[in-house]
Amino acid sequence: MARLTDANVALARQIVARYPRSRSALVPLLHLAQEQDGWLTEDAMQHIAELLGITPAEVLGTASFYEMFKREEVGRYLVNICTDIACHLNGADDLLDHAQQTLGVKAGRTTDDGIITLEDVQCIAACTEAPCLQVNYRYRYKVTSDGLDQLVADLRGGRLAGEIPPHGTLASVRQQIPADRWAGTGPAAQAEVDERFPS
Amino acid sequence: MTVTNAPLIISSRWEQSDGHTLDGYRRTGGYTSLRKALGMDPAAVTEEVKTANLLGRGGAGFPAGTKWGFLPPNVLPRYVVVNGDESEPGTYKDRILMERDPHQLIEGLLICCYAVGAAQAFLYVRGEMALAQERLAAALNEAYAAGLVGKDILGSGFSVDIVLHWGAGAYIVGEETALIESLEGERGMPRLKPPFFPASKGLYMQPTIVNNVETLSNLPWIIERGGAAFAALGNGKSTGTRLFAVSGHVNRPGVYEVEMGQTTFRDLVEHYCGGIREGRALKAFIPGGASSPWLFEEHLDLPLCKPTVDAAGSMLGSGAIVIMDETTDVVQACWRIVRFFARESCGKCTPCREGTTWLSRILERILAGEGRPSDIDMLMDVSDNISPGLVWPPKQTTICPLGPSATAPIASVVRRFRSDFDKYLRASHPRSEVAVV
Repeated sequence: MARLTDANVALARQIVARYPRSRSALVPLLHLAQEQDGWLTEDAMQHIAELLGITPAEVLGTASFYEMFKREEVGRYLVNICTDIACHLNGADDLLDHAQQTLGVKAGRTTDDGIITLEDVQCIAACTEAPCLQVNYRYRYKVTSDGLDQLVADLRGGRLAGEIPPHGTLASVRQQIPADRWAGTGPAAQAEVDERFPS
Repeated sequence: MTVTNAPLIISSRWEQSDGHTLDGYRRTGGYTSLRKALGMDPAAVTEEVKTANLLGRGGAGFPAGTKWGFLPPNVLPRYVVVNGDESEPGTYKDRILMERDPHQLIEGLLICCYAVGAAQAFLYVRGEMALAQERLAAALNEAYAAGLVGKDILGSGFSVDIVLHWGAGAYIVGEETALIESLEGERGMPRLKPPFFPASKGLYMQPTIVNNVETLSNLPWIIERGGAAFAALGNGKSTGTRLFAVSGHVNRPGVYEVEMGQTTFRDLVEHYCGGIREGRALKAFIPGGASSPWLFEEHLDLPLCKPTVDAAGSMLGSGAIVIMDETTDVVQACWRIVRFFARESCGKCTPCREGTTWLSRILERILAGEGRPSDIDMLMDVSDNISPGLVWPPKQTTICPLGPSATAPIASVVRRFRSDFDKYLRASHPRSEVAVV
């Protein structure tokens, strides 16, 4: 598994240059690595450490703090069922039980076919639409047991492939800043970028 | 019943299908306030916000204009950071603002940057919100291309960059100093205040303003109509309008923009939400997110006004109201909230790291039928070690308010519904022998 590709190194260079200090780009670069491989590999973390001039331990220290970074392989689709207060009051516990039975895995595990990883997650800010879940961070509202069964069938049948990218891809739109519009009134990590990134 | 005819200040484009695009935003008056602000003296912009008495909409409710005024003069560079890390259970409003009206937030942010003289701004969006990130990225791309962000904005000579930054899943990062740590590429653990008040020692130890998404989204309206027009809404103490997400056992859960100070909790429940489901009675409600102490039937007629709700022993917090009807198992509900804080404790302070975990485990064993007679006292004792005296406003033995937040539902349920605990404890069979002293 993989270091960042040349295309992603070029993207990383753009991202780092937006920050006053290169270390600030660590979380965005971890997202980039996860988008590339579907999870966070040791090789990618090592590569990011080199690009930012920090140690692999520092990269791991930050990566391990955040729930979204998966340091083990996960399914193509992460199905995150919220069981916090508003969803709990509206039947989320039953929904999670149903999902565990239907998928044959406990929360936190991946189905044998590698398609779905089930998670029992904290509030995802859709409390008025309870019970709710996310598939690779795309919402499904007021989910019933039947609705969940249909969702699982659609995911396994590849019918949502156009709507929901594989795990690791967050937003389908990236911020682009035209060079002639960048104000650059703050300090920039440009010198660090020039030093460490292959040109 | 008070349903006022206050205007929709921040939710006016939610039903507009292209409200999130630059065209749709401009067609409905967008970016005229930015032009107006750029023609004003920066100090005059801050003055309008002070006149509006715009209280921060993130949770603490601190006046935004006053916060800006804490920046030390002539210390540069300085930064503005948008807190879009909405994660408090029950809270759902910043995400809608980012998804459906991203330009309104960007315009508000630009006005703030101009007022405080920021060199650069960072828009920190919760990692789990893919659509909000897409909408904000698209909106920023449009705004940069149109000369609204970046170099020499609208030919005014004022320049500022806005960088979109993704979080990666951690509730604690909603705390402003933890958010700054996260933005610096670190584990998102809060800093001690003092000395690390963001206004003086914030991002990269430079003066920094951290404002909530909803707070900044109000600025275009305030600059367009004037701070006095905003302050004329409400009751003087709490001004303008505010978004309230009402969830739980109501017929029409939803996010409603209502006038502060005039509207009551009962108006929200009965008028906006169509009452409690199946005509049931209220058992309790959470007035301002999972961190807030619970309120009850006798509090329904309180107005949505910060000092009034503070005086009643709770807070409006993040505008998240969770309604629990008479069928609710409040011990279960209490554990669900405590479990949240235990899972989300960052581990920096011992009383929170150990205490919230113990609280969650004690509640779990009570619910599993293995509670001990002394468990209620132990819950209160552990809570007291995190938040001494269990008073309101809370005291804390921790760096940030996360730990004390976990004690709020425990104190509420033990004080009000002790008999609900007793029901569990009477039928309880602890697994090990317990010496009752």
